[in-house]
Amino acid sequence: MHSVTPFIVLSSILFTIGAVGVLTRRNAIVVFMCVELMLNASNLALVAFAKQHGNLDGQVAAFFVMVVAAAEVVVGLAIIMTIFRSRRSASVDDASLLKY
Amino acid sequence: MMFSLADVPVVDPTSADGVFSLAWVVIALPLAGAAILLIGGAIAPKPFASFGHLLGCLLPIGSFVISLAMFISLLGRADDDRSLSQHLYTWIDTGTSGNGLHVGMDLLYDPLSALFLLLITGVGSLIHIYSIGYMEHDARRVRFFGYLNLFVAAMLTLVLAENYLVLFLGWEGVGLASYLLIGFWQHKHSAAAAAKKAFVINRVGDMGLSTAIMLAFVTWGSTSFTVISANAGGATEKTLTAMGLLLLLGACGKSAQVPLQAWLLDAMEGPTPVSALIHAATMVTAGVYLIVRSNFIFDRAPNAQTVVVIVATVTLLWGAVIGCAKDDIKKALAGSTMSQIGYMMLGAGLGAAGYAFAIFHLLNHGFFKANLFLGAGSVMHGMDDDVDMRHYGALRKFMPITFATFSMGYLAIIGFPGFSGFWSKDKIIEVAIDQNWVAGVCAMLGAGITGFYMTRLMIMTFFGDKRWEKDVHPHESPPVMTFPLIVLAALSVLGGVMLIGGWIEDFLAPVTGFTEEADPSIPGWAVSVIVVLIVAVGVGIAVVFVGRRDIPRTAPQDVSFVTRAARHDIYGDDINDELVVRPGKALTSGLLAFDTTVVDGTFSGGALTVGGLGALARRLQNGFVRSYALSFLGGVLLVVLALLAVNLA
Repeated sequence: MHSVTPFIVLSSILFTIGAVGVLTRRNAIVVFMCVELMLNASNLALVAFAKQHGNLDGQVAAFFVMVVAAAEVVVGLAIIMTIFRSRRSASVDDASLLKY
Repeated sequence: MMFSLADVPVVDPTSADGVFSLAWVVIALPLAGAAILLIGGAIAPKPFASFGHLLGCLLPIGSFVISLAMFISLLGRADDDRSLSQHLYTWIDTGTSGNGLHVGMDLLYDPLSALFLLLITGVGSLIHIYSIGYMEHDARRVRFFGYLNLFVAAMLTLVLAENYLVLFLGWEGVGLASYLLIGFWQHKHSAAAAAKKAFVINRVGDMGLSTAIMLAFVTWGSTSFTVISANAGGATEKTLTAMGLLLLLGACGKSAQVPLQAWLLDAMEGPTPVSALIHAATMVTAGVYLIVRSNFIFDRAPNAQTVVVIVATVTLLWGAVIGCAKDDIKKALAGSTMSQIGYMMLGAGLGAAGYAFAIFHLLNHGFFKANLFLGAGSVMHGMDDDVDMRHYGALRKFMPITFATFSMGYLAIIGFPGFSGFWSKDKIIEVAIDQNWVAGVCAMLGAGITGFYMTRLMIMTFFGDKRWEKDVHPHESPPVMTFPLIVLAALSVLGGVMLIGGWIEDFLAPVTGFTEEADPSIPGWAVSVIVVLIVAVGVGIAVVFVGRRDIPRTAPQDVSFVTRAARHDIYGDDINDELVVRPGKALTSGLLAFDTTVVDGTFSGGALTVGGLGALARRLQNGFVRSYALSFLGGVLLVVLALLAVNLA
């Protein structure tokens, strides 16, 4: 039985990188990639725990996450494309009209 | 006191039958006239313009005929059987029997009502006839007659009422009609303002009367004269005094007594027949009627009677002084009305000994004041509606009939021996001297001043040099206007016959109470001689100071303080302004300020606070995705920390 710890550490590192990227980067594509990184970090953790517990619950959950992520990519990229077309920019800070 | 309280008469009417059951028709005729003329005149102006004025005259005359028939039948009845009542229908019926408010539309016909009925319908009809000529060129003559009929109907309701509430109905009707008529020429700003002023000041008096009615209901459980007069002795003197003072307040408003006198002079803005109607037959006599009718209250409230005497004495001098300084012929006469009503109130305030003479003077005043006002209207008619006596002069040659009739009214009002005013004013002064010599002396003084201002008015109008403009052509009025003048002049001369053999005292005694002949401190003939001498002095002063001098066409401005005060109605309006209007305005602006700052401030302050917080909070919605993401993360971290804290604890 392999220890699950390295997987969780890696997952945490990936998630943190993703979170910091979402908070600090302005390019919508990069932000999007960071979101994907966070999703995959959680997938890694789910799969690791599933292996440790010896059942498939975590694996199934990971599949769900992948499906949702795929759908999200479709919608998200479409939005980014539209914003880019109208503003000639993919910066999330430029798309800040919906405010007070 | 010249009589004991047990002698205060009780209103105890028997049911009306025969000709007396027509009492309601007396009111109904002019009321129907008002409805027909006002509605019909509005729907079909053309046909009504041709016969409206005739209809408007016929209906009051019809009332007069019925009143006369009722009066003659009344004379045929026994002295103690002259009080009749007629129940028309139940007006207000609330609560279980005994402790609710039950008011019937009941009429009371007794000697007092009988005399008023004759005065109102008789003099009223003459004024209607006169108005045909006076208002001939007015486009709204039909409406004018409608209002006149309404006025007469309201006044008849007032004097025929068997309870205070029906009386109040007529009282308010009179107020409404006077408002409509004073402001009849409402295109003139001054007329509209005068109408409003009369209405508002009358409201003050009405408040007194309505409070008195409520007090009567609380005390006796009824507003009927029959019930109250039978049980008035059971109430405390405090209640009776309060009731008396409240009734006096009401009377002051309607009868233009100080301190509610200010509306009367402005009321001259109305057409002249209206002034005659208000001053002679209706309206201002209502206050005197109210006090005499409520004799069962006043006879038991000597303090209230004293206040009546004080108010009356002040008013009779106040009005007389104002009359001395006015150059406007109608305003001079209005001042004299105030003064003469003061005499009547004085008589009414003197109790059982004076009631009959108050009514006697009221009737005589109705004759000669209607005569004088209609005469003044006739003069104005010939002088192109100029009212300034300084523009008159020498009119006796141009208006012989007006001059002759006006002279009869003049002699009557100053109390020339033999004329009606002499008998009635003299009797009031006699009683006053006997009961309250201060009031008596003031009344004598007032008689002297009356002699002065009426002589001044006569000289300025009919004697001296012509002072009118070249393009004015004075002429006698048409017969439709001079006929009422002649009738009224005859009545002004002959009014004194009512006193022969003490007829009026005996006739009114069932209503006003019997008085025993007391030994007066000064004999009656001596009082008469003194009064006549004082009047002669007043007339003499006027002849010397007005008749022997040239009268300037414009009023001199370098006059004494007294004259200036009298020209300004003894600052009645200024007193009202200072005491009522300005504090009232200060109160309203204070309330407004309280409303805008405190009341509105509380609510708008709350709204502003919430709004301000909202303005701060909405800054969170800055539109940056990363700041929302940071909030997410912060929230998630908080949840995680909370879970850890719970699990580890």
